[in-house]
Amino acid sequence: MKELWNIYKKGIIAENPIFVLALSLCPALAVTSTATNALTMGLSVLFVITTNNCVVSLTRKIVNPKVRVPVYITSIATIVTLVQLLLQAYAPLLYKALGIYLALIVVFAIILARAEVFAAKNPIIPSFFDGLGMGSGFALAMTSIGIVRELLGMGSIFGFQILGSWYNPALIMILPAGGFILIGYMVAGYKIMLDNMAKRQAERSEA
Amino acid sequence: MEQYFTIFISAVVVNNFVLTRFLGLCIFFGVSKNLNASIGMGMAVTSVMTLSSMLAWIVHHFVLVTFHLQFLTTAVFVLLIASFVQLLEMIIKKQAPALYNMWGIYLLLIATNCVVLGVPLINADSGYSFSLSVVHAIGSGLGFALAIVLMASLREKLRLADVPKSLQGLGIAFILAGMLALAFLGFSGMIAL
Repeated sequence: MKELWNIYKKGIIAENPIFVLALSLCPALAVTSTATNALTMGLSVLFVITTNNCVVSLTRKIVNPKVRVPVYITSIATIVTLVQLLLQAYAPLLYKALGIYLALIVVFAIILARAEVFAAKNPIIPSFFDGLGMGSGFALAMTSIGIVRELLGMGSIFGFQILGSWYNPALIMILPAGGFILIGYMVAGYKIMLDNMAKRQAERSEA
Repeated sequence: MEQYFTIFISAVVVNNFVLTRFLGLCIFFGVSKNLNASIGMGMAVTSVMTLSSMLAWIVHHFVLVTFHLQFLTTAVFVLLIASFVQLLEMIIKKQAPALYNMWGIYLLLIATNCVVLGVPLINADSGYSFSLSVVHAIGSGLGFALAIVLMASLREKLRLADVPKSLQGLGIAFILAGMLALAFLGFSGMIAL
């Protein structure tokens, strides 16, 4: 049980897909101008990565290693198509807002990387938790970027007005340039946090 | 004629592939450490993008639309482009080893990447004709090349700068890209599509 929890936790903090591994950056900028879009995208990726990890792990003994990459891509593409159809049917507005980035989940490096590095070598239960962890790390990072950008750029969070009319929205935050600059500082902040955590751990082991 | 020009300029600067549409960021940040490598990457992306857009348009128009299979677009495009790039790599390796040495490695990097998949998807979504798709692909490729070459030149200068420790690496690269995006913002509104 402890082991599974560690696998899950790793994806959220130590190997966060966006801030640490710097994989799948495109959606982190493109759809984070509002918190709702960012959360939807995060949950879609969480679903795709977890399902795909399970599929890859279940088929790992059948698939010939020579053709593994096309098999992974086909599996990912199928799951993404499912997500697309579901969103199109039940949340057409969100589907429109996410645009081609939803289809582009197919080529997210993080999903293929987890299939190749983890799911292809491990049984289904650890693979499921690995996907869940990586997906949650991604969704959390996306949502936090989305919340900051929406708050500064429009004075609201998830569409609810938070800051009063005295606040003059900094439009730049919802424009591309603001996204880039904000993520730059967030990556730096994350690095400081990880360094501090490592330092504290080192002190504790010395004591 | 005017429409072609509008789409071309819009793809190069107004809706710049990297700085406005946020596609191909992994490559943009990964390869832009070195100017020569980024020129090679720009060339590779432009040519692959153009060729795969043509292929994807043909398949989309004559197979997917004809048989009402549009919901398969994502799956078909990604497999089509990945296998096409692999094939292209083999042909170039065999027929033009000099060219292969120059940008063979970049081909593998872009085989499954949003940079190449993005353009055919936008073409299919916007319902461009064949020639418009090609013009749009060339424009997007050149826009990508422009952005990555600018970024590489800036990052080469940055090596001499004194950057705070926590911002080093990816952090400062993002902020730099933000400045570049701010500059490109000046083009928006130039063309109304």
